[in-house]
Amino acid sequence: MKIMNMVNAINQAIDLKLEEDPDIVVFGEDVGVEGGVFRVTENLQKKHGARRVFDTPLAESAIVGSAVGMAVAGLKPVIEMQFSGFVYPAMNQIISHVARIRNRSRGRYGAPMVIRMPYGGGINALEHHSESMEALFAHTPGLKVVIPSTPGDAKGLLISAIESEDPIIFMEPKRLYRAIKQEVSEDKYSIPIGQAKVLSHGSDLTVVAYGALIREVQRAMVKAKDMGISVELIDLRTIYPIDKTTVIESIKKTGRLVVVTEGPGSFGVGAELITIANEEAFLHLEAPPKRVSGFDTIVPLPKGEHHYIISPDKILFEIEKTVKY
Amino acid sequence: MIEVDIQKRLYKSMVLIRYAEEAIGDYRRDGVIKTPCHLYIGQEAIAVGVCDVLKREDTVWGTHRSHGHYLAKGANLSQMMAEVFGRFTGCSKGRGGSMHLVSPKEGILGTVPIVAATIPIAVGAALAYSMKREARVSVPFFGDGSTEEGHFFESMNLAAIYKLPVVFVLENNLQASHMHLLERRTSDNLDRLGDFYNMPSERVDGNDVQAVRDCAEKAVSRARRGDGPSIIEARTFRWRGHVDWREDDDVGLLREDTLSMWKPAKCPIELLKRQMLARGVEQNFFDEADGEVLNNVKDAVEYAVTSPVPDDTQLLTHVFVNSER
Repeated sequence: MKIMNMVNAINQAIDLKLEEDPDIVVFGEDVGVEGGVFRVTENLQKKHGARRVFDTPLAESAIVGSAVGMAVAGLKPVIEMQFSGFVYPAMNQIISHVARIRNRSRGRYGAPMVIRMPYGGGINALEHHSESMEALFAHTPGLKVVIPSTPGDAKGLLISAIESEDPIIFMEPKRLYRAIKQEVSEDKYSIPIGQAKVLSHGSDLTVVAYGALIREVQRAMVKAKDMGISVELIDLRTIYPIDKTTVIESIKKTGRLVVVTEGPGSFGVGAELITIANEEAFLHLEAPPKRVSGFDTIVPLPKGEHHYIISPDKILFEIEKTVKY
Repeated sequence: MIEVDIQKRLYKSMVLIRYAEEAIGDYRRDGVIKTPCHLYIGQEAIAVGVCDVLKREDTVWGTHRSHGHYLAKGANLSQMMAEVFGRFTGCSKGRGGSMHLVSPKEGILGTVPIVAATIPIAVGAALAYSMKREARVSVPFFGDGSTEEGHFFESMNLAAIYKLPVVFVLENNLQASHMHLLERRTSDNLDRLGDFYNMPSERVDGNDVQAVRDCAEKAVSRARRGDGPSIIEARTFRWRGHVDWREDDDVGLLREDTLSMWKPAKCPIELLKRQMLARGVEQNFFDEADGEVLNNVKDAVEYAVTSPVPDDTQLLTHVFVNSER
């Protein structure tokens, strides 16, 4: 075991896989010499050579597009979008090819790859540098979407993602990159994609969250506990395919649901979870399921970010309201 | 001049594309084929000339107008016809139609109607061949309209800086959808596209199959030697409209004057035939070849119309590796 932050843990996951599997290649903007703007791929080029870990021009469409060709030709690309908001020029490739090539070839070949991208707010940068667009990817058939909330989960989930035969969008909560440290095994281990994790067991209400917001919910839970509210917290970990079973079981137990997501609320992951609650656990509900989400707007300027970002107090307010309904 | 046996092979291959597509146009006009079809009639010399110097393991990448590339690369006629007719026996199991032809064994790994979208994939495949030290060549075919898309430039640059085994084949048929080249560009200078990337570029008469073949041979050998990519601008003209069997009188385009310059005077098949007759090939050869191809096309249509359509068990298959098969 070693104390690691999320940057260390992700770096180690990629490092272990590069060592183990000669078909893995890592590339993107500044990932080689510089080790990425957040230093997630630091030293990997030194260790594994510029043939397998390399820098590309600023060309997101060609990065993802060429990764498709490489995957079809038998390599396993693990590529980085510098910020999740920089992925838009590559959306054509992601939606048209990454997600569809297996279907189009009727299962004869696919484009398994991992597209890593730091996402979400909290670093005082606006728009493209702070967006949470997991719902866009989750709404695209053919993509799996994974979001870790701890260093240990990031390592295990990324190893699963790299080993998957399906394309994975791996979204890293950049706000947590260096914010949390924990003991992480230095061995290779994997955490299955598609399985949520119950972080705290409780009886009054279920909160579902993921990524950077887990920490905010946990902060709200400290105050909720003082108020005598017992919260069951589920870390979704995989957005698609969504772990319905864990969520439904919990709602059936607590009868109440609050979903906390950072992206714009309308048509988002919260909407999906509440639909699941309605379709699968309606008669167990004792209060209307509630979303705590970002706003239907563009993530604002640095000085206005706190108006957008979800605070523990905002989460606590909805927890209390739902419990007292 | 190339050997007579090669000329005979080129002739048969061009006639195959012509007759197959004339049949497709007729069945489309009559409403038997339900899916839109973009015909390659008039441009046959390009696919045939280029693919004649490729090996089976080389890959070609296409567009919405790719019946010609598929057939010239040696993929199965009956399966293409079945696909265009939407049948389960088709090369894409009836899911692809005319615009998504797949035949991995012959190196047809993606024909997609999103303009320029397969160009970065072709570059990625070449990157994989180069990394794995395989002597394979990757050939994206695309129209002049593709050179107005961003993907194209990103891909040219990647191929050039990594010195990849790519032969970019620009089929300049002077029309992008329904707009003439000079309505879209300030000058007719697509033969200079390689200049920015220090990439050899050559303009060739795309209706002269021997000239195309000679030009492709140079570019393919260069790529296979590891000396990097080239771009070929093959000048041609699309006889039919952008889509389906008409000659664009349907959209009120004043195209007749230009079309009459090309059809039938510059027919690639007639041009080769005249060259062959002049060197003493007997008329008998052409009669037999035409008859044989026509019978093959009839058999393929028969195969298609008597094949089953996909049933509803196919709806949810192959979205992921483990989707229900």
